Amino acid sequence: MMNEMAQTATLPESGRRIGEVILDLKNISLRFGGVKALTDISFDVREHEIRSIIGPNGAGKSSMLNVMNGVYHPQEGTILFRGEPRQQMDPHMAATQGIARTFQNIALFKGMSVLDNIMTGRNLKMKTNLFQHALFWGAAQREEIEHRKKVEEVIDFLEIQSIRKTPVGRLPYGLQKRVELARALAAEPTLLLLDEPMAGMNVEEKQDMCRFILDVNDQFGTTIVLIEHDMGVVMDISDRVVVLDYGKKIGDGTPDEVKNDPDVIAAYLGASH
Amino acid sequence: MSDTHGQTALDTFPRLLMEHARQRPDRPAMREKAYGIWQTYSWAEVATSVRAIACGLAELGFKRGDRLAIIGDNRPRLYWSVAACQCLGGIPVMLYQDAVAQEMTYVLLDAEIRFAVVEDQEQVDKMLEILPEVPLLEHVIYDDPRGMRHYSQSQLMGLDGLHEMGRIQDRNQIDFLDGEIAKGASDDISVMLYTSGTTGKPKGVCQTHGAFIAAATGGVQFDRLTDREDILSYLPMAWVGDHLFSFAQAMVAGFTINCPESGETVMTDLREIGPTYYFAPPRVFENLLTQVMIRMEDAGAFKRKIFHHFMAVARRCGAEILDGKPVSAADRFQYWLGNLLVLGPLKNVLGMSRIRVAYTAGAAIGPDLFRFYRSIGVNLKQLYGQTETCAYVCLQPDGQIKLDSVGKPAPFVEVKLADNGEILVKGPMLLKAYYKRPDATAESINADGYFMTGDAGFFDDDGHLKIIDRAKDVGKLNDGSMFAPNFIENKLKFFQHIKEAVSFGNGRDFVTAFINIDIEAVGNWAERKGMAYAGYADLASQSAVYELIKEGIETVNADLASDPRMSGSQIKRFLILHKELDADDGELTRTRKVRRNFVAERYQVLIDGLYEGRKSQFIESEVKYEDGRTGKISANLRIEEAKTFTPRAAIQAA
Repeated sequence: MMNEMAQTATLPESGRRIGEVILDLKNISLRFGGVKALTDISFDVREHEIRSIIGPNGAGKSSMLNVMNGVYHPQEGTILFRGEPRQQMDPHMAATQGIARTFQNIALFKGMSVLDNIMTGRNLKMKTNLFQHALFWGAAQREEIEHRKKVEEVIDFLEIQSIRKTPVGRLPYGLQKRVELARALAAEPTLLLLDEPMAGMNVEEKQDMCRFILDVNDQFGTTIVLIEHDMGVVMDISDRVVVLDYGKKIGDGTPDEVKNDPDVIAAYLGASH
Repeated sequence: MSDTHGQTALDTFPRLLMEHARQRPDRPAMREKAYGIWQTYSWAEVATSVRAIACGLAELGFKRGDRLAIIGDNRPRLYWSVAACQCLGGIPVMLYQDAVAQEMTYVLLDAEIRFAVVEDQEQVDKMLEILPEVPLLEHVIYDDPRGMRHYSQSQLMGLDGLHEMGRIQDRNQIDFLDGEIAKGASDDISVMLYTSGTTGKPKGVCQTHGAFIAAATGGVQFDRLTDREDILSYLPMAWVGDHLFSFAQAMVAGFTINCPESGETVMTDLREIGPTYYFAPPRVFENLLTQVMIRMEDAGAFKRKIFHHFMAVARRCGAEILDGKPVSAADRFQYWLGNLLVLGPLKNVLGMSRIRVAYTAGAAIGPDLFRFYRSIGVNLKQLYGQTETCAYVCLQPDGQIKLDSVGKPAPFVEVKLADNGEILVKGPMLLKAYYKRPDATAESINADGYFMTGDAGFFDDDGHLKIIDRAKDVGKLNDGSMFAPNFIENKLKFFQHIKEAVSFGNGRDFVTAFINIDIEAVGNWAERKGMAYAGYADLASQSAVYELIKEGIETVNADLASDPRMSGSQIKRFLILHKELDADDGELTRTRKVRRNFVAERYQVLIDGLYEGRKSQFIESEVKYEDGRTGKISANLRIEEAKTFTPRAAIQAA
C-alpha cells in the first residue's frame, strides 16, 4: 500500500505533488473553562504537504494538534477530514482513519525493546484476537510475521537496525525520538502529526531527523503536520506555515510569506509588545 | 558452454565461480541480513546474477581491460560486481567507502575509471561532487535505490536496471559471456588494490588471477578449509585481507560469506552467524575484550569471582590444551568445568563458539590479548603479508604458536633476509606491477625477483619469523643504540587505556611519546572513580589520567630495560594529545596506521616542547569534520616525565 501511494504521489521532476485539501479546520475555538486556548482558527492541510505550526510558548500549538487527532473536542467550529465533516471523535478513531502522531514528551514503553515498541504501532492493523495470540499458531503467527515485515521495513528506513533489540529506556534521547517516529510510521498513516520532533536534539540529530521527515514525505507521500521551535528547520522543510499567538492565527502561507509578515515579526521579535 | 568445455583448468575467478555453480549449485555462497532476516544466495543464484551484471556492464560499453571502481560496505551485489568485472576481463578497483570525495579523486584519476558501482546515495553524492574533476567517469551504477528518485543525471543507473538489462542480454546471447570468460588467462590482472599510502601517494597494486588463487589455495591447504566454512565479511572491500578471505578463498574453497546488516550491527551479526573462520585486526579483538571486561566489572561479586577463577585456570593451561601439549589431569578437569560454566558461554557471547581458525594481522597484537583468546579455546593465529603479496607471506601453524612471531613461510612462499635485516619475499603471489609506475615496481622488486617488504626482522631458532619494525623507521639515538618506534608504540598500545602512541627519538638524546587515550576504557575508569569530564580533550588533560598513563609507560620502560638492544629506548617524557588522531585529518591512513612523518610535521611545536624540557606547550590545530568543513581547536598540553630504569640485562650479565 505504501508503494502504491508513493507512486501515485510521484512526478518525475518535483517528486511529489501537493494534492487536494485533506484536513480542513474552520473557525475552531477551544476553551478550558474560562481559558481560551484557541480562538476562531481556520486553516487547511493539503495532501502530501509538510505543514508547520509555529508560535511562541503557550500559543496553542499542541492544543491544535490535539484537536486534529480527537484528543480535544473544540466547542465551536467544524473539521472536515477528506471532505467529510467530523463528528465527536476520539484518538482511537483518528488512528483508524490513518492519523498517527508523536509526542512532545516521548511516550514509549521504556522497558520494552525498540522492536516491540514499533510493533505496537501495528496494533490497529491486527485482526486476530487475544486467544489466538496466546496460542500463537496458525493465523496469529502468520499475521505476526506479516506485521514484523512491515516493521522491519520501517527499521531499515530509519536506520535503527543496530538497536532493534535494545530496551528503549537505555537509548539516548535523539534515538528515542526516532523510535517514536518509527512507531508512528508503522501504522502507515496518511496524516502524520509530529509534536516538536527535534526538541532537545543536537545539530547532527536534527539534521538526521529533518532528512527522515523529508524522506517519509517523499517516499510514502505522507502528509505531515509538525510543530517546531527551530525556525531554521521550519523554514527549510515546510511547504506552508501557520503562525499562532495567544490562541489566534496571525499568519499563514509559504515560509517566505510568513517570514516577511509584519504581524509575525512583531510576535516573534516583540516589536509592538 | 562449448567454449569453456575444453578448458578444465580453474585458473581464473570467473571459471572458479562457474565451476562452483555446477558442483554445488544449492550450497549457500552468500548470506546477507536484510529486513532482520538472513537471506541466502546459492552458488547457482550468485553465478546467474554475476552473469547478468557482467552482461549489463558489457551492454553499457565496458571493455576488456577497463577498470571498474567499486565503493561501498560489504554488500553481496558489490562482490558480484567484482566477479562480473573479472568475467569481462576488466579490473575491479575497490575504494575505501569512508573516504571523503576529494580523496577518491586521486584513485579515480590514477586508475582512469570510466565505470563505478557504488552502494548508495551517499556514495553517489560523492561521485557527483567530483564529477567535474574526473572527466573520464561515464557511468555511476548504484546498488540501493533509496533516496535516488529525484536524481536525473544521465550518468546514473540503478543496479536493478542494469541487472535486468543484463539478464535479458545473457538469455539472448548465451555464448557471449562464456566466450568472454574463456578469453581470460591466469596471468591477467584480476584486481587492483591501492596501498594505503602511509608514505606518499597511494599506488595501485596489480595482482593477477594466478597470484590470488595461489595465495588462497595455499591458505586453504594450510588450514584445511572446506566448503563448509562460514566467514563474516565486514572489513573494507578495498583492503587486501578482505579480498583474500571474503573473495579469493571463498572462490577457491567454495565456502559461505556472510554480509552484516550494517556497520553498527557487526557484533550481533557475528553472534548470529557464528563463523568457523574469522579474521580481525587486533583492534577488533581488543574492543571485544574491553567490552567483556567492562561488563564483568559491573557484574555481581559472585559472578565476578567465578569468572576470575576460571579465567585464571584458562590462563594457566588453556593455550597448552589448545596446542595439544601435556597438561595435568586436575587442570584438564578444571578447564573442562570452566568451559562449561564460563569460557563456553563467553565464547558464545563473542560469537566465537564455532571458530576453527581465526587470524589477526595488520598490526602487532598484545601478548595478553593474544593469550586471552587462545586460553579460552579460540584458535587465534597471526599472519604476515602485504598488499603486494596478497596478504600472504608467513602463517602460524596450528600447535606452534609463539606470541611474538608471525610463524613460518606459507606454502609456495620463499622468504629470506637481506644484509640489513630487511625481509625479502618470492613466490607466485607477488604483484605483477604497480599501475603505471614502472619506477616504483623496479624499486620494490630486486634483480633476483624478490619483493622487498621494507620490514626488518629475523628468524628465530625454530624458523619462525619475527618482525621488528619498518626497516626505514628503524633509527638511532644519539648514543648509537637502536630506536624502533613501532616496537615501542606497540608495547604502549597493549595497555587498554592507550589507544594510539607515536614515539620520537631518531637523532635525539632520548625517546619521547605522544599518547592517545582510549576514550571508552579511560572513560569507564573515570566513571568508576567518580571523576567528571566533558569530553575527550577534558579527560585527556586531567592529572589523574596522566598518572594512569604514566604507570603504563613506566611498565613499558621496565620491560624495555630488560632487553639489551632496547634499553636505551625508554620513554623519558610524554604528553597526551588533546584530540584523537584521525584519518579525516590525514593523521592516520584509512587502515588506521599512524602517518608518522605527517604527525611529526603537524605537531612540531609539541615535539620541540618535549625536547626543550617545558612543563606545558600550547598548540592550535585544524580539524576536518565528517561533512568536509574545517575548524580549529587549541589546547595547552601538559608534558610529564616518566621514570626510567637501569638496564637489567647488564646487571644480570655482570
